[in-house]
Amino acid sequence: MFMGFSAELLARFQFAFTVSFHIIFPAFSIGLASYLAMLEGLWLWKKDPIYLRLFNFWKVPFAVTFGMGVVSGIVMSYQFGTNWAVFSDRAGPVIGPLMGYEVLTAFFLEAGFLGIMLFGLNRVGPRLHFVATLMVAIGTLISATWILSANSWMHTPQGFSIAENGQFVPEDWWAIIFNPSFPYRLTHMVLAAYLTTAFMVGATGAYHLLRDRTNRQARIMFSMAMWMAVIVTPLQIVAGDLHGLNTLEYQPAKVAAMEGHYKTHEGGAPLILFGIPDDENQEIRNTIEIPRLGSLILTHSLDGEVLGLDAFPEDERPPAAIIFWTFRIMVAIGFAMLGVGLWSLWRRWRGKLFEDRLLHRAVLLMGPSGFLAVLAGWFTTEIGRQPFTVYGYMRTSESLSPVDAPAVGTSLIAFIIVYFIVFGAGTFYLFRLMRRPPDADDHELDKGPTRTAGITPGPHQDTPLESGHGA
Amino acid sequence: MELDLAFIWAGLIAFAVLAYVVLDGFDLGVGILFPFFPEAHDRDVMTNSVAPVWDGNETWLVLGGGGLMAVFPLVYATVLPALYMPIILMLLGLVFRGVAFEFRWRTNRWRTVWDWGFTIGSMIAAFMQGIALGALVQGIRIENRAYAGDWWDWLTPFSLLTGLAVVVGYALLGACWLNLKTTGELQAHARRIAMATGVGTLGLIGVVSLWTPFINTLYFERWFAFPQAFFSALVPAMLAVCAFGLWHGLTRDKHLQPFLAALGLFILSFVGLGVSFYPYIVPGSLTIAEAAAPESSMAFLLVGAVVLIPVILAYTGYAYWVFRGKIDPEEGYH
Repeated sequence: MFMGFSAELLARFQFAFTVSFHIIFPAFSIGLASYLAMLEGLWLWKKDPIYLRLFNFWKVPFAVTFGMGVVSGIVMSYQFGTNWAVFSDRAGPVIGPLMGYEVLTAFFLEAGFLGIMLFGLNRVGPRLHFVATLMVAIGTLISATWILSANSWMHTPQGFSIAENGQFVPEDWWAIIFNPSFPYRLTHMVLAAYLTTAFMVGATGAYHLLRDRTNRQARIMFSMAMWMAVIVTPLQIVAGDLHGLNTLEYQPAKVAAMEGHYKTHEGGAPLILFGIPDDENQEIRNTIEIPRLGSLILTHSLDGEVLGLDAFPEDERPPAAIIFWTFRIMVAIGFAMLGVGLWSLWRRWRGKLFEDRLLHRAVLLMGPSGFLAVLAGWFTTEIGRQPFTVYGYMRTSESLSPVDAPAVGTSLIAFIIVYFIVFGAGTFYLFRLMRRPPDADDHELDKGPTRTAGITPGPHQDTPLESGHGA
Repeated sequence: MELDLAFIWAGLIAFAVLAYVVLDGFDLGVGILFPFFPEAHDRDVMTNSVAPVWDGNETWLVLGGGGLMAVFPLVYATVLPALYMPIILMLLGLVFRGVAFEFRWRTNRWRTVWDWGFTIGSMIAAFMQGIALGALVQGIRIENRAYAGDWWDWLTPFSLLTGLAVVVGYALLGACWLNLKTTGELQAHARRIAMATGVGTLGLIGVVSLWTPFINTLYFERWFAFPQAFFSALVPAMLAVCAFGLWHGLTRDKHLQPFLAALGLFILSFVGLGVSFYPYIVPGSLTIAEAAAPESSMAFLLVGAVVLIPVILAYTGYAYWVFRGKIDPEEGYH
């Protein structure tokens, strides 16, 4: 025990902490990489240097985000072994090769071309540079594909047998990779990354429009981001619904916990909008609910049966108290994004997209909403998988390394301190970079290795930063 | 057939680890050498020399880890808990080192803080890698597919020595890299440091090599029993050749030769370790065959590795080619 906590709980908390920090960065860099590729493509196509300036504007935040994603990701790749050794030994033969392919097909590709993308424009010329940017963008998507396949297999495992020593032995790789929840999870996550980026880019554009609504770069950012919000949010809602139906089919207990259904409803389950879930007594109190809507959404019939947690053995029920809320946060953000998207469409149609200051303020406020939604969504699906690591086959309690609580607790504290210092500073620099006026041809924060990729070097600047940049 | 796959994979994992050690070795070495270059401008040039490639270099570490989990999951699941603290400290060191590349450009007030993070992070990562190596050489207690030792087993005089050896060795690689990539006073200073760290590296290789055979009779027989001794004598002989190459290159103002010679020292030391370990993957506890994953796992990933590793080497080589030559001291400083 360590401060009253078991090694298992501490190890779970450590994993949740490090992976929550980690997922934030790829969620942004997957979207930004595609956005940068699009900007450079537009530059090459339309020959308008404004797209190159936008590319250079977003390249620096991308480099910072990518760097943080790399270092927090390396921690993940070793944490399976340090804290979850039994899981690694048994599930490694299935999970390991998928992550091996992620390294071979994605990480090297991203890393190999990242240097050229950031520093190499003058050395290789625009066309090869565009290829490098594309390779980085494609690499981020390939990476998402493999890691989500591995994660999905833990939710909906298939294509294996179990050996005498307890190892999962791969029998059918096609079935393992394309396990039932993988296509839905991948679509949902990639769209989430795009939306996260769209709202960060949109908020940055909105911030600069609020200061100067004629700024052309800010207008382009804002307009592109709002198109993404209009087009991608509805797609995401459909994808999320399909993902939910897939979960209902393969992990009905998770859906029961998300919906707050402790009791099975025969003949039409309500949709519980709000309530206070109580895992201890397995009941939900003070509910606000709409009769029969739950059945309609989940079974597409007004009196379809919806299983409650009581339909599952007590030691196979996920805790509802957290994911009831995280699920609602995610859904609420999704609909807020849809609302903002439709609002922007209406203002665009009226020709007021760059005039409506209320819209700009709303989008600015929504800037970090994608990150919140991504985290809430991951909490929902991962806590909903409990008490298993490999759903139905391997319990979390039997996945742990033979570690003592003080070792896990001490390393957890070290991670918390280091992450808050390092990624706190990184987030601060990100905000400062996005706050730079995009109009200025050059800015002192641009200096450094990333600046060298600019097609025309700016004037020499050595004003101290803290006093130099605009408020 | 199963044995063959495991053997091939042991070779590939060894290759990934070696690639990591020599590649990230020189950029960790650049970080370790920061205190010897207090000038801000020198430090800018130093980080610029590795900024385009460090991420790719570090990816070999992820391949080593991910690959180990895929094809030798038992090693991954026993060695990492055994080396719990050194691994965690290495990871935290790499966090500070990695973010410093970007962060140090994003602030003036905190520049010094991230520069120290770069140095100390590099040193800790290198030192912990050396400790991990020493602890592995000493052996790890495994029972019932799990680590069965104590939390401080890794901390011994021998592992501290190997930790020091790796720090000094990486500093040598870093100094030779700077000798290759920089000009003027920076380069001259790097060359002097390469001399000192070269002597230190060779001395430490010598002490570790003499100590190792007495840790485990397995190593002793491997190195001193006839007829293997004839072949294992080749390694020290070639080490001597590399040592001469390093000294010759540094005294004759060659730019590439010292770096290649330093790489040679690392490669030969690594081969020496391989000679000691084989057929074990965790000395004394697990052989390559015992630790291997099911054949279907090894075969599936091998198909990809055989196709993709040459492609990776090709475009990584291209990236190095794009950034070839000396660093322009003014570039990246506009």
